[in-house]
Amino acid sequence: MTSEETTFRFKVEVVLKNGVLDPQGEAIKQSININRLGNVLEAKQGKLFELSVSSKNIEYAIKDVEKICSDLLTNSVIEDYKYYEVSE
Amino acid sequence: MIWHKETTIPKIDLLVLPGGFSYGDYLRCGAIAAKSPIMNAVKKFYDDGGFIIGICNGFQILTEAKILPGALIPNVNQKFICKDQDLLVTNNTTLFTSGFKNNATISIPIAHHDGRYFLTNAELQELEQNERIIFKYKNNPNGSTGDIAGVSSKNNRVLGMMPHPERAVDQDLGSVSGLTFFRSIITGF
Repeated sequence: MTSEETTFRFKVEVVLKNGVLDPQGEAIKQSININRLGNVLEAKQGKLFELSVSSKNIEYAIKDVEKICSDLLTNSVIEDYKYYEVSE
Repeated sequence: MIWHKETTIPKIDLLVLPGGFSYGDYLRCGAIAAKSPIMNAVKKFYDDGGFIIGICNGFQILTEAKILPGALIPNVNQKFICKDQDLLVTNNTTLFTSGFKNNATISIPIAHHDGRYFLTNAELQELEQNERIIFKYKNNPNGSTGDIAGVSSKNNRVLGMMPHPERAVDQDLGSVSGLTFFRSIITGF
């Protein structure tokens, strides 16, 4: 990190695309409903990533996060992602 | 043997990406290996028309590297399956399968947790139309789209398969179907 750079913190959420069978989500849904914790129609299990990105401004940081998501953190064949900046 | 940190491939006839659990299969199976230093050379080898086989984790790496279509995700039953499988040879015109009769049933074991081959309907149709499905499971063990066990690249020079032909090369191992597979390659060159 150079002196002109700031640290930006992001959370990235990844879930399987609609149409990709998610047996883990299905088992979780069944357990919720069998235990009468609620009436859940669909449950999906996904991944959460936390990234601290050093960059000169928020626009550049977002560009980096976008590339990190599409090139490494997710596989576009099976997964969707979204990310958001979080404060400390 | 070419190390993953290398950046060039020497003059070879065939590149084999074997099975295993590269980088612990963290993130997704094969995802981090697909970004390792050697992979740019692997992509160039593919672009130049080189022959490649990806077996198990090797197949997963080839899909993550976008050399082969689709993705490999956890088996539907969420279990690691290590078992002989009856496979149908659905295309015997490739370098890898020329020693088999078309539609022959062969026996090759699988050993994987993430072997469910996922494709969209459009991709499945494309593979079917261009005869890129090379092996199919007779009794789909993992929930793979279209019972697919092995596929080829557009130019038919790259094969990705979840079953392990190298584990079916001696009658003491239960099958010699893998011998026919490897002999096809040697004869084909």
